[in-house]
Amino acid sequence: MREKKSGGLSRHTFRSNTLPALCMTGPVTVWLIIFVAVPLLYVAVMSFCSIDQNYNVVFRFTAENYRRLADTNYIQIYGQSLLIAALTTAICILIGYPFSFLIARTKGRKKGLLYMLVIIPFWTNSLIRIYGWRTFLGTSGWLNRGLEALGLIDEPLDLLFHRGTTVLGMVYCLFPFMVLPLYTAIEKLDRSMIEASEDLGARRAATFVRVVLPLTAGGIFSGSIMVFIPCLGYFFVSDILGGGNADVIGNLIERQFQSGNNWPLGAALSITLILITLLLVKLYQKCGGDMESLGG
Amino acid sequence: MSEKKIMVDLREVNKRYGENHVVRDLSLQVYEGEFLTMLGSSGCGKTTTLRMIAGFEEATSGSIRVNGVSVENQEPFERNVNTVFQSYALFPHMTVADNVAYGLRIKKTPKAEIRERVAEMLELVQLGGFERRRPSQLSGGQKQRVAIARALINRPQVLLLDEPLGALDLKLRKQMQIELKRLQRKLNITFIYVTHDQEEALTMSDRIAIMNNGILEQIGTPKEIYEQPASKFVATFIGETNLFEGCVSRVSGSEVGVTLETGEATAFGERFTPGEMVAVSVRPERIRYSREPVEGFSIEAMIREQIYVGSVLKTIAELPNGNEIRIERLAGEKIPEGGRVYLYWEQDDAKLIHSRSHAIYDAVENMSFV
Amino acid sequence: MTKKRKKRGGSILSVIYCALVYLFLFLPITVVVANSFNATTSKPYLSWKGFTLSWYVKLWENESLLESFGNTMLIAIASTILAACVGTLAAVGMYKYKFRGKSVIDALLYIPVVIPEIVLGISLLTLFTNIHVPRGHLSLIIAHATFSIPFVIFNVRARLSGYDNSIEEASMDLGANRIATFLRVTLPVLAPGIGGGALLAFTLSIDDVIVSYFTNGQVKTFPLKVMESIKSGVSPDVNALSTLILLGTILLVVLTQSDLPGKLRAMAAERMGK
Repeated sequence: MREKKSGGLSRHTFRSNTLPALCMTGPVTVWLIIFVAVPLLYVAVMSFCSIDQNYNVVFRFTAENYRRLADTNYIQIYGQSLLIAALTTAICILIGYPFSFLIARTKGRKKGLLYMLVIIPFWTNSLIRIYGWRTFLGTSGWLNRGLEALGLIDEPLDLLFHRGTTVLGMVYCLFPFMVLPLYTAIEKLDRSMIEASEDLGARRAATFVRVVLPLTAGGIFSGSIMVFIPCLGYFFVSDILGGGNADVIGNLIERQFQSGNNWPLGAALSITLILITLLLVKLYQKCGGDMESLGG
Repeated sequence: MSEKKIMVDLREVNKRYGENHVVRDLSLQVYEGEFLTMLGSSGCGKTTTLRMIAGFEEATSGSIRVNGVSVENQEPFERNVNTVFQSYALFPHMTVADNVAYGLRIKKTPKAEIRERVAEMLELVQLGGFERRRPSQLSGGQKQRVAIARALINRPQVLLLDEPLGALDLKLRKQMQIELKRLQRKLNITFIYVTHDQEEALTMSDRIAIMNNGILEQIGTPKEIYEQPASKFVATFIGETNLFEGCVSRVSGSEVGVTLETGEATAFGERFTPGEMVAVSVRPERIRYSREPVEGFSIEAMIREQIYVGSVLKTIAELPNGNEIRIERLAGEKIPEGGRVYLYWEQDDAKLIHSRSHAIYDAVENMSFV
Repeated sequence: MTKKRKKRGGSILSVIYCALVYLFLFLPITVVVANSFNATTSKPYLSWKGFTLSWYVKLWENESLLESFGNTMLIAIASTILAACVGTLAAVGMYKYKFRGKSVIDALLYIPVVIPEIVLGISLLTLFTNIHVPRGHLSLIIAHATFSIPFVIFNVRARLSGYDNSIEEASMDLGANRIATFLRVTLPVLAPGIGGGALLAFTLSIDDVIVSYFTNGQVKTFPLKVMESIKSGVSPDVNALSTLILLGTILLVVLTQSDLPGKLRAMAAERMGK
């Protein structure tokens, strides 16, 4: 019986999975290593490098870049950036949760339409949409002109270039990233759970706090991650709407890499940003967050 | 037997996954036009065997021949056997007609012939008019028929069916059992059918192969399997039975005397030797009882529970050693719980089984098959 | 009675609420679209000077704008195709096979999704300067594919989670070899996932500002062109182009997401059947 195997090379040996597995997952592995892992490691290394008089990166170890981050100006901007992100996230949850609830509970074809209406605005370039806000809110913008024409105000309202306008822009840019996971979580919620809770004597508020909220918390968590983290980096929003008065960490990094030309310092800032991100993601996972739902 | 042509021939087939020995030294011959069922609980190796015949798994050792041709080095798409999958495995992106035509299209059959044969096949499985439907628009039973039509249109030498009715509800399952059997008779194709449902196996099969832990326990007609179980496993797996452990005390021809814990009993069986450990198997419907002591052999027991199930009265009685005995008889007078009875049976109704001291048998004994 | 009234009041409130949110979402777009018909010719193009269609004509004379749009399309198409191929293979491979280092790939996959885009942008910038990849179309395509690949993988993976492996076996059982099985069964079944992932990749690419900002060199994409013009005021021909892009995207999605191709195919099949 056994000698059958020795007689010639069985074609089944080609069923070994090594070759197809390599062909299929090889490209992505190489890609991720070269274009994700290596660059990030390089940034980490660079954050400990110095620069010469011509702003070239010199491989001489220094912790100076990180020391400079402790500067009060930087700390202030860090704090401000985190505050903007926190505010944006909170506003997105407060506006987004009831909104997602309403569209997720709509019946029939209208639901798909309402869902698409959330996404359609995002097919227009985000810069030009942010600029649209500027056109609308500026001192000679449409809102002020309209109010003046109606005789409601005598002098144009100064609406632009505040921290608040930056938050408005952030909320506007990131709102769908909160709505989509919330919508998914709420849609998955089994209606009979709510009925069961009411049947067991819980009033609406109690049902919401004890049943609906815990069951949709996953959506809130992943939405928060997807809003909070980009918020720290969206430098163009504060460029356009904040007028340089409401910088976020992204602005600091952008300046070092483009105009400031101190790459090692920019690298140190980026590493700090990565650490904040990692911390938040760990926190998210600790809360039972599912990584997969961040990419959907 | 000898004039029948062997269609599938497995010789000493083994399958191991690392340490796990899934199929052990399996030798099995399936005849042309036969409906053979491989029966066993999950993990017994029956599906693996089927997949080895189809070509999805490679045997670790042993030979597999289909219609006299060794198929070990043939890819699944080179073998003239087709499979009906447990999950149906219909192509969700194709219509019913496209699903059924798939095998012919791959073989580059002329279009006109494909159309004709698809129509004919769908008619055969009573799905005429469903050509344009998608699998998602079909009920479970209809999907099942499409899966069967898709496999049969290729005119395979052997059709392999892997628990094809497992996902259907009871009523539909019964109906499909009869239809499948009828289809098999009509087309005279060899069917190898895998199931864990003993009733299904008894209903449909010409022969049943009972597998347990990768070993072929017994192969035979439904009647042989039920009435002459070759092992304790088979006796307990097919239908319900009561086993009385004992030791052969005397052998005279086919009449064997057995010393049980509770007395001396007589049963019939071949190839037994005095001193051998055996089990006497008596089906619940074969056990009788009386409230008065009876002449000859009897076992004293106590009534634990009596339940009416329609026309049948199910009784559970307890032996002095604590073992439970199941009895079924046509409904009659109920005996109060705790009542004393005397159990007895006709000698012909007691089947003698070799008691092999495998750990697995002990494990099986502890399981209940109701 | 009171309960009914309460319910109706609630539903009116919720309609108003939703309308306000949609107003918030669409307000700047309305401004963008409206401004594309603005007859003003003086910077910063803010005040309304009457209706005109002339910007839609002038648009075709603004060569640098058209070139930036061409760049955006080229980069989006190339990076989407690249990401779709690499991502689909990876998703299927990771679904089918177990191998060492799989969890590492999985973790790496989340990095481009989770880290702020600016970090991805500057890290690619440092890589490209260091290994002397000229910054331009190639670097942009690589950068866009890098953030798109995970999204393609997640989409295909979602499709695979309901995937029945035995349909591939069924195909081989019915006589199709591995390549025929992949082309006739695996690929068509995964197509909606691949299409969804590719669509997402495409929209991410045409809208990308931050990563492009660091990896573009001299090549201007449409969003970068917008960014450049913001300082002096965005001229209405940019708004006109944005409006056209919006219409184009809506059309693309309606065509791909509704089962229109499927319906067309069914129609064609019906005609051939007759």
